[in-house]
Amino acid sequence: MLQFIVRRFIQTIPVILGVTLLVFSLIHLIPGDPAQIMAGEAAPEATVEAMRERLGLNDPLHVQYGRYMSSLLQGDLGQSVRTSRPVMDEIQPRIMITIRLAIYSMILSIILGLVAGVVSAVRRYGLLDATLMLAALFGFSMPNFWLGLMLIKLVSIDLALLPPSGWGTWQQGILPIITLGTGGAAIIARMTRSSMLDVINQDYIRTARAKGLKERVVIYKHGLKNALIPVVTVVGIEMGMLLSGTVLVETVFAVNGMGRLAIDAIRARDFPVVQGIVLIFALIFVGVNLLVDISYRYLNKRIELN
Amino acid sequence: MSSVEPILQIKDLRTSFFIDRGEVKAVDGVTLDVPKGKTLGVVGESGCGKSVMALSILQLLEEPGKIVGGEILFNNVNLLQKSEKEMRDIRGNNISMIFQEPMTSLNPVYTIGEQISESYRVHQNMGKKDAYQKSLEMLRLVGIPSPEKRLHQYPYELSGGMRQRVMIAMALACRPDLLVADEPTTALDVTIQAQILELIKDLQTKLHMSVIIITHDLGIVAETCDRVAVMYCGNIVEQADAEELFERPRHPYTAGLFNSLPRHDQEKEELEAILGYVPSPIEMPQGCRFSPRCSYAEEICRQQNPDLKTLDNTRAVRCWIYSDGWKGSKEVAYHG
Repeated sequence: MLQFIVRRFIQTIPVILGVTLLVFSLIHLIPGDPAQIMAGEAAPEATVEAMRERLGLNDPLHVQYGRYMSSLLQGDLGQSVRTSRPVMDEIQPRIMITIRLAIYSMILSIILGLVAGVVSAVRRYGLLDATLMLAALFGFSMPNFWLGLMLIKLVSIDLALLPPSGWGTWQQGILPIITLGTGGAAIIARMTRSSMLDVINQDYIRTARAKGLKERVVIYKHGLKNALIPVVTVVGIEMGMLLSGTVLVETVFAVNGMGRLAIDAIRARDFPVVQGIVLIFALIFVGVNLLVDISYRYLNKRIELN
Repeated sequence: MSSVEPILQIKDLRTSFFIDRGEVKAVDGVTLDVPKGKTLGVVGESGCGKSVMALSILQLLEEPGKIVGGEILFNNVNLLQKSEKEMRDIRGNNISMIFQEPMTSLNPVYTIGEQISESYRVHQNMGKKDAYQKSLEMLRLVGIPSPEKRLHQYPYELSGGMRQRVMIAMALACRPDLLVADEPTTALDVTIQAQILELIKDLQTKLHMSVIIITHDLGIVAETCDRVAVMYCGNIVEQADAEELFERPRHPYTAGLFNSLPRHDQEKEELEAILGYVPSPIEMPQGCRFSPRCSYAEEICRQQNPDLKTLDNTRAVRCWIYSDGWKGSKEVAYHG
């Protein structure tokens, strides 16, 4: 197992290198002259040239990449064009907010999705199954910014139960977490249901029943652990969607996290900040998928690394 | 019927599947008994209802299957009147079952030891450590090499034959009185088949249990069974002691089955087949179900299904030939 983790970890290194290469290229992939765009369209040539110099855009590409990588390894993501502060300092106070929001939403998605999926599968074709799956259909069809707005209207304005914006108190957390977690919960519920239905018809479930086990043990011990294998993969992918979802949800609920910083930076054409955020999101995504692979291996002993 | 007291008696068992197109009577009035300490073979073609009957005994049928009538007496107590909880205490404890597919019948995500010891923990309230100890003994009993190592392995690390041994170990963990083996060797290589049958026979003597072997292989019946019940389209058509049955089958279907076997002591150009096809379960023929394929069939056969009639002490046949009113010959061709 330890060997598996180490080897899997080593495999992420080329992925991370690829990510840095992409993030680095970002600035050159945007149409037009990045220095001109960042300095503003009406900026005089001298200002643009100064910007170009400041960003090191006059050097050959490989020199630029080398410089980018070496400062990256020292934890330096460059300087914000807008505030002239290091990008790290811009991101640092906000990163934990976004990570918390994402983790709480993920936990909500997993718990809600698993419970609804298993219940649906066990009561398949029943009224409860139909209701839950209809709710799931709504859940993932609804864009989360829309759900967020509706929740603000209903819960915060009409019912005046919870604050409509901000982050800090637990009351402020509820609506963003629900908004962000709903889509994932719906997908996990549907995935769990179909996976569970598949597993319930397997021969080893009949063996478990023939052993005289309680139906509850048959379903949760013998069924669920097998059914989780494909669900875990979905959870990994879901985490990526969740991270991108934070951008919208933080904007709707005025949460001062990385997502909102990303929007502000894009608006201000503050490319070093955008690059930094994209890189960090990508690293989180790679890290989550590493965790997913490890738990996948824990669930399914047949996985071997070649 | 049999001179030995039966451990299990099935009386007029009816099991149906309720599908959109109607009711499929998979088991339609099966009556048989399993003598204590002996082996009963249930033979029949695919789809004749033998597996459904086996699952009915432990009430392991899944939707849309349902037992609609009859009695299943285990030590003279009707299992069909037991609650689900009472049935759970019987499953894997008094009556155990092994299945056709050893490759898929074990749970892939738990170790062998975990899966066997579960039986002890559920039925005998054993602690984890004791249960593992007992599981180890069971693995040794079913002849698995280096059982200490196997205990901590997962099913995918074992071959098909080994997995079926594990299934047997699991089924026999609580020393059941009756083992229902549903085609236990069909998915295995011929050499492994023989080993598994040998093992079942051996353990039967050691543990004093009764066995039902469900199979379509007459060779297995000849080797392992004391009594045989022949099934056709959800009915038992003939039941007899194995020796007698092989000596002289009475039902035209049984005779047809035997006649169709290839034999190494006779020169045959062609294998003798039973004419026609097994009817679809939704369109059962009127009268005797075998009548459309039977070369002896008369008018009465096509009108009315005969009852299972006891011929002498140990034999019963469901055929009009053996009724008093039968005009034609009572000899069924058999070149055995």
